[in-house]
Amino acid sequence: MNTKQKLVVIGNGMAGARTVEEILARGGAEQFDIVMFGDEPYGNYNRILLSNVLNGSQDAKEIFLNPLEWYAENNINLHAGVRISAIDRVAKCVIDTNGAVTSYDKLIIATGSRAFVPPVQGLLNEDGTDKHGVYVFRTIDDCHKIAGYATKCARAAVIGGGLLGLEAARGLINYGVEVHVVHLANHLMENQLDAPAGAILRNTMEKMGVHVHLGKSTSAILGDDSVTGLAFKDGEDLACDMVVISAGIRPNSEIGRECGLTVERAIVTDDQMRSIDDPDVFVVGECAQHRGRVYGLVAPLWEQGRVLADVLTGANPKAEYHGSKLATKLKVMGVELASMGVTEPPLPTDEVLHFADPKRGIYKKLIVRDDQLIGAILLGDSSKAAPLMQHFDHGTNLPEDRTSLLFDLGAVPAAASLLEMPDATQICNCNGVSKGQIRKCVEGGKRSLKMVMESTRAGMGCGSCKALVKDVVEWVCDGQIEEDPSVHYYVPGVPLPKPELVAAIKEQNLKSVSAIFAALSDGVEEVGSKMALSSLLSTIWGADYAEERDARFINDRVHANIQKDGTFSVVPQIKGGVTSADQLRKIADAADKYNVPMVKVTGGQRIDLVGVRKEDLPKMWKDLGMPSGHAYGKSFRTVKTCIGTELCRFGVGDSTALGIAIESRFAGIESPGKMKLATAGCPRNCSEAMVKDVGAVAVEGGKWEIYIGGAAGAHVRKGDLLCVCESHEEVLTIIGRFMQYYRENAKWLERTSGFVPRVGLDKIRDVVVNDSEGIAARLDAAMQKSVDDYVDPWLEAEQPVSPNQFVTTLPMVTA
Amino acid sequence: MNTLIPSEYCLGPASQIPIGEGREFLVGETKIAVFRSRNGGVYATQPLCPHRAGPLVDGLMGGNILACPLHAWKFDLSTGQPVLGDCGLTTYPARVTEEGDLWVEMA
Ligand code: SRM
Ligand SMILES: Cc1cc2nc3c(=O)[nH]c(=O)nc-3n(C[C@H](O)[C@H](O)[C@H](O)COP(=O)(O)OP(=O)(O)OC[C@H]3O[C@@H](n4cnc5c(N)ncnc54)[C@H](O)[C@@H]3O)c2cc1C
Ligand code: SF4
Ligand code: FES
Repeated sequence: MNTKQKLVVIGNGMAGARTVEEILARGGAEQFDIVMFGDEPYGNYNRILLSNVLNGSQDAKEIFLNPLEWYAENNINLHAGVRISAIDRVAKCVIDTNGAVTSYDKLIIATGSRAFVPPVQGLLNEDGTDKHGVYVFRTIDDCHKIAGYATKCARAAVIGGGLLGLEAARGLINYGVEVHVVHLANHLMENQLDAPAGAILRNTMEKMGVHVHLGKSTSAILGDDSVTGLAFKDGEDLACDMVVISAGIRPNSEIGRECGLTVERAIVTDDQMRSIDDPDVFVVGECAQHRGRVYGLVAPLWEQGRVLADVLTGANPKAEYHGSKLATKLKVMGVELASMGVTEPPLPTDEVLHFADPKRGIYKKLIVRDDQLIGAILLGDSSKAAPLMQHFDHGTNLPEDRTSLLFDLGAVPAAASLLEMPDATQICNCNGVSKGQIRKCVEGGKRSLKMVMESTRAGMGCGSCKALVKDVVEWVCDGQIEEDPSVHYYVPGVPLPKPELVAAIKEQNLKSVSAIFAALSDGVEEVGSKMALSSLLSTIWGADYAEERDARFINDRVHANIQKDGTFSVVPQIKGGVTSADQLRKIADAADKYNVPMVKVTGGQRIDLVGVRKEDLPKMWKDLGMPSGHAYGKSFRTVKTCIGTELCRFGVGDSTALGIAIESRFAGIESPGKMKLATAGCPRNCSEAMVKDVGAVAVEGGKWEIYIGGAAGAHVRKGDLLCVCESHEEVLTIIGRFMQYYRENAKWLERTSGFVPRVGLDKIRDVVVNDSEGIAARLDAAMQKSVDDYVDPWLEAEQPVSPNQFVTTLPMVTA
Repeated sequence: MNTLIPSEYCLGPASQIPIGEGREFLVGETKIAVFRSRNGGVYATQPLCPHRAGPLVDGLMGGNILACPLHAWKFDLSTGQPVLGDCGLTTYPARVTEEGDLWVEMA
């Protein structure tokens, strides 16, 4: 006996089909026999991409989300091309236009909307037949009709300058017709844009060849049998031979009203997406009215679908939908645009950030209340849309430095609109992962950034593409990205954020990595957490840290950097880049003696002996008699210097002496990320001190400007001026204090270029320079202890710390 | 090496391998990697990573999971199966005797 209930879905569009997917994902196939009715003779397709179909950049075949096979595979009985004309709630059945009756136990109405056609004269011919050349833009069939007719036309008019109207206009250009947009309001897209942005958009559209007429109310469509023009209320007219009406949408809610459901602007539902009149009838999508609102974008519909599926399958009978905030990335080919929330500040106290570059078609506006984003317009450059949408959706506090919200100063290049980016585009240049691979992975169910990174390895190389990977994941998930809780942990294997972790380590006196796992993660040792924990312990305990070598990356087990062939590189310390004939002679001799395949002058002003065998490392260190340059660890690296006052005719500060002093003091100090420093003898900045983690630049008067948070690696960022110091000693104190603050508060692998903007320059200056928290003395003492505890790791040449530390292959002992 | 008779080889004291690390051994003409985990396991596998021949003994262990030092592919040493990456490792049965000697079975 079939004990399954019968679920009938009216409407096979984006909301209906997605809801059924969600139901299947919750095991709904076990509970329900599913029958779907769709007016359109197809499977479900991505209506959002219709503009691509219209402009010819995508084939209609490519936009299907659920092709007909999908229904068959999932045992869904789809009646494609069949329209339901009535619902009988008493008999619990639906009746299609052929009179066939289908009964249901549960019903979902997902009939969406249709294009709204305003009452103008001359829409139809006098005899009531359709006038040739009048179209709306809602379905695949509409696209085909518009495209077919446009090829025969010289001039097209689009009524409506909203998103869809502009998309239609942009699409029509590709058919070689002259396109005119006729809009009632005084600027384009008045729901998403303010007047200045509307003006810039108008300009951009006109540059593309779209003529824009504002403040025009159409009174009639002219022509007998086929369109010849439009007449306006102001008495003017416009000759054209086709018209696309895009004046808004109307929910398809009549079917609900006729069967006695409450309908206001659309069919009224409760928070579980159930009609308020009938517990067996649910409503989802554009035909639903929830808490007085009707949505016309897909993201809210996804949320509704999830709640409906939770409730209907019993996966979460208490699930509720509480409404959505509207944030949209819109896409008119060639125009980047994102809009969220309000377009004008509702209160005089609201903060407004503005940037306009009309010549380049760029306009940005943020509206902020109590540090939270309540509205944004990004036109012409939506590269910052993803983080802003996150702030908007989650109501998180905005960073103090508001410019970073508007601009990427020297960060990853803005990606072309994700929608336009072909699947083949390589996103991760280290691991060769394309947009298409990421998309497939997300579609395959991996909906968090971490899962996608782990399974495709995108973003796991140099990491510079991580933001873009995240954008793609978000885009495919339609913003419904799942957050992995471990992003808030210091390391994935111990479920604590850094401050809590540090507190627990101190409180429970945990001195080794294995002790941390035992105490804080049920003894489960997680491989990806070990390096970070060793570094943290060394920062907290200094010499009292009970080091376990197996918790160290190979580089820190043998104090050299592993190469692709399993050999190592040896970079001795050359303080401040200043060497001597004696050092060079030793380096040359060692290179000869150990057959070093490459001797290279590095970008950090020292010499790299590359390709050294593991067993030769200790011998080579002894021969060199120079300390480690720490070119392998997450630690203080080098100080790049210039000639300075020594001999340079411009030098105003002794950059070499200062650089050497800094390197002597802080050599090898461990930190969450590498620390690369530089000193420059004058603002000409030959040693690139402004793009270093810490840079000191000499200025006239014996002073030093201190820059922090600069970077010139995977991301380029100019350092921020922290303060001006009066002497070398003061420089050493201030930068030592900053580095200690960074060591204690940065996330694992977070370079200062991420840390400084995250924490905020003002805050750092308050703590480090003004001692606002009264911790300066403690920071200085902690750094001093690390300096005192430092031991050159190359001394292990004399005394290896673990069995066979420097052996590549052990022979078998023959019994 | 004789490839017909399955045989077990003694590699000497297990203490040659620090706990939580791996070391490479030469058995006849074949190189193998042997690991000792902190939870008491001992595992033997092929020595080089199937990705780009990274030296697996220089990797990091977390329980029986090993991360290659070059590009962090991850393997379950007890089965050889990849945890992160496209292909797995050949494994060999390994044990430590009561006297503390390390034995590996290689066909
Ligand atoms: C040797 C050297 C290149 C050279 O021949 O000049 C070098 C070599 C490596 N760099 Fe570098 N970097 C070298 C200077 C730089 C510089 C320039 C500088 O220090 O003045 C930068 C940009 C500055 C910066 O870091 O902001 C630089 C940015 C990077 C990055 C990107 C870091 C970032 O956060 O943006 C990495 C990757 C990483 O750290 O994860 C990296 C990683 C590497 C590694 C360690 C890759 C690895 O993990 O194996 C390379 C080791 C090669 C090898 O096998 O020995 N290297 N690297 C330079 C050594 C300098 C030194 O004497 O210590
Ligand atoms: C050109 C275009 C571009 C868009 N761009 C975006 C965008 O960039 N971002 C965004 O978020 N949203 C965009 N939208 C809006 C988005 O497509 C809709 O919000 C979404 O499709 C609504 O889903 P739905 O299921 O409620 O309605 P629909 O997708 O319209 O599905 C309803 C389905 O039900 C069928 N139906 C109706 N009545 C019956 C009946 N009685 N019997 C049987 N079947 C019936 C209809 O034929 C239709 O197939 C765009 C829409 C268009 C047209
Ligand atoms: S040395 Fe630096 S830039 Fe060159 S290949 Fe290695 S990591 Fe890349
Ligand atoms: S060689 Fe092992 S991960 Fe690449």
